[in-house]
Amino acid sequence: MNANPLPDMVRGIAERKIRVIDLTQTLTPDFPQIELPPEMGQCWPFRLEEVSRYDDRGLAAYWNNFSCGEHTGTHFDAPIHWVSGRNLPNNSTDTVPVENMVAPACVVDCVKHVEQNADFLLSADFLRNWEEEHGKIPPRSWVLMRTDWSKRADPESYQNFDEEGQHTPGPDTDAVRFLVEERDVMGFGSECIGTDAGQAMHLRPPYPCHYYIHGAGRYGLQCLTNLDLLPPTGSVVFTAPLKIKQGSGSPLRVLALVWEG
Amino acid sequence: MATPLKKPKRKNPVLRTRAPMLPPAPRSRISLGLTSGAARGVFELQVCRDCGAVQYPPREACRVCLSDRLDWTPRSGAGELVAHTTLRHAMENYFRERLPWRLGIVKLDSGQASGGPPGQSESGTPSLIVHVHGDCAEPPCRVRVRAMLDRAGQAVLLALPEKDTPHMSDDPQMRELTCNPKFRKVFVTDGKNPVGQAVVRAMVAAGSDLVWVGEAAPWKKIPGFEEIKALPEVTVVDLDVTNPDSVKRCAGQIGPKVDILVNTAEQHRAYTVGGRYGTENARAEMEINYFGLLRLAQEFGPVMMSRGADTETNAVAWVNILSIFALANKPDQSTFSASKAAAHSLAQAMRAGMHKTGVRVINLYPGPLDVEWNQELRPPKVTPAALARAIVAALQGGAEDVYPGDIAKDWYERWRRDPKVLERELAQGE
Repeated sequence: MNANPLPDMVRGIAERKIRVIDLTQTLTPDFPQIELPPEMGQCWPFRLEEVSRYDDRGLAAYWNNFSCGEHTGTHFDAPIHWVSGRNLPNNSTDTVPVENMVAPACVVDCVKHVEQNADFLLSADFLRNWEEEHGKIPPRSWVLMRTDWSKRADPESYQNFDEEGQHTPGPDTDAVRFLVEERDVMGFGSECIGTDAGQAMHLRPPYPCHYYIHGAGRYGLQCLTNLDLLPPTGSVVFTAPLKIKQGSGSPLRVLALVWEG
Repeated sequence: MATPLKKPKRKNPVLRTRAPMLPPAPRSRISLGLTSGAARGVFELQVCRDCGAVQYPPREACRVCLSDRLDWTPRSGAGELVAHTTLRHAMENYFRERLPWRLGIVKLDSGQASGGPPGQSESGTPSLIVHVHGDCAEPPCRVRVRAMLDRAGQAVLLALPEKDTPHMSDDPQMRELTCNPKFRKVFVTDGKNPVGQAVVRAMVAAGSDLVWVGEAAPWKKIPGFEEIKALPEVTVVDLDVTNPDSVKRCAGQIGPKVDILVNTAEQHRAYTVGGRYGTENARAEMEINYFGLLRLAQEFGPVMMSRGADTETNAVAWVNILSIFALANKPDQSTFSASKAAAHSLAQAMRAGMHKTGVRVINLYPGPLDVEWNQELRPPKVTPAALARAIVAALQGGAEDVYPGDIAKDWYERWRRDPKVLERELAQGE
C-alpha cells in the first residue's frame, strides 16, 4: 500500500459509493435483556432516568442518566467474558487491540432454515457449503449469522421462550471449532440475544460458541440487526467497545462499510 | 335494609370532576389514640389503670380519679342506641355534600360505676357520639360500635346493627368509611407472581368492575398467568416498575381509570448480609420494592388524588404489600427486609399526602408468605390467597395497617412492646 487510500474512502462514503450500514439495535428500556435463572446474578437491562428536561431540575438542559449491564442491547463479548478466556492476554475491553476492531465480515444466510426451525443449529457442513459458493472464509474476519431474527420486533417473539427455555438459533459445536481452529476467525456475530443458541446449555460442551471463541481469544457480537443489507462477503465492520477497565463486554455501535460501486 | 348498590351509571363527561372534600381532620394528640386503634381495625378506649373507669372522649387524665395512667384497651363495642337524629343541614362541606347523615348516641355495655361526670352516663358507662348505619332500628335498640377511619384518615365511631343485614356494605355511610372494591376499577401492578394472581381473583370475587393487571417481561412463561388473563374482568397492561418510561406510559394509559391500586410488584431473595457478595441483588430489591413504589406514586398518585370525589366510584385506596420484616430486620432476609423498611417509610409519606384528598393508603405487614423464596422456612406461612383475603377485608372494613397471619401479629405486638428485645431475639436466629 503506497498511496493513502483514506481520502478515496471518505469520498466514496460522501458519494454513497461506500454505504455505511448501522448494525445496531436502539438502546431502549423496551429491548429485552438476557434472561437467567432467578437465583443467579442478573445483567441489568437498559434504563434511562431524566436528570432534567428544561424544568426546575435544570432549565437550560435535557439529559439523562442511564444504566445497563455490559451485555445489554447490541453488544460485544470480550474473551474474559467466558471462563475459557479468563487467563488470556489482552482479553478485556480495555486491552483488546484496536486493530481487531476493524475487520472484514462474512455473512452466512440461514434465514430459510430458521423460518422452519427456531432451534436451527449452524453446522460445519453448512459453512463448508457456504464456502463453495462464496469462497473460503478469510482469516481474521467476522462470521455473522444472518437469521432475520432482528425483525422480530416484539420482545416476546424475540425472546421466544417456552417452558423449556429459549428457542433461538446459533452454531453447533463443530461449526465453532471449524471457525476457530480451521479458519482463524475474528469472531462470531448473531442477531439473537446470545452468540449461542437458546438451547445451547444442552450442547456439549454447554455454550460451545462462548467456550471456543473466547477460549481462542476471539470475540462475540450479539443483537445485531440489518445483516440483510450486507453482501455475503466484501463488507468491513467496525466494532469498538467502550474502554471499560477489565470489562467483559460492552454495548457498542456496530457499523459496516459496503461497496456499492 | 340498605338498598343494594346498583352498578353506577357512567360519568357524564361534560360535568366537572368535583374536588374531594374532607371531614374535619384535626385531633388532639390524645385523641389520636382512637385513630391508632381504628387504623388496625380495633375499637379501643382509654381505661384507667387505677380506678378502672372507661373513658370517652379521650383525655389526658381520668375524669373519675384524675389518674394519668390510662391504657388504650380493646372494647367489644356492644351497646344500646339511645338517641338518633338525621342531619339535614351542615356547615362542613364534606357533610353538606352527603346529606342526609344519621347521627346518634350509644351507651356502651361495659364500664365502671362512678360518680357520673359529664360525658359518662349515670352508671359510669361511656356514652358515645356516633355515625349511625342506616340499618340500625329506631332507638332504643342494640348496636355494635366500631372505630373506623374517615376520608381524612381520622377515627370516627360507627354504630352498626347488632347482626349483619343484607347489603350492609352498600349503606352510603359504610361506603364512605370503607374502600369497597365492588363496582370499582382495580389495578394490580404485577399479575405474574402468586400474590398478584391471588389478589386479582379476590378482587374479581369482591365485585370489581374491571381489574387491570400489570405484566413485565412478556416473554416469561409463568404458571397461572394465562388463566388470569382469561378472566372476563381482567385486562392486561404492560408495566415494568423498574422502567420509568413504562410506568409513565401505563399511568397515561389507565391512570384516570384506577380507583384502587394494589402494588404486588416485588423482588424477594433470602440472603444474610454476607450471603450474597456484592449489591446486585440488593439493588434489584430496592429497584422494585422501593424505587418501583416511588415511580408508581409519582405517576399514579396525582391522578388518583384528583379523583378522590369522582362520582360513586371514586379513587379510594392504594394498597402496599410490605412485610413485618420492615419493622425489624430478619437477618437471613437482610436486604429484602431493608428494602421493605424503605418502602414502609415511603408509604408513610404517601399516606400523609394522599389523605388530603381522601385516598387511603393501606399497608400490609405479613409474616413469611408461602412463596418460592420462603421455601426453606417452616410454617406457619401466609398463603397468597389468605393475603388477598386480608386485602379485601381491609378495603371492605376500613383498617389501614394490617398484620395478616400469626407471625405478623406476634411480631407486631412484640415490636410495640420493645423493638430492642425483638431485634436481639431475631439476631439469635429465631
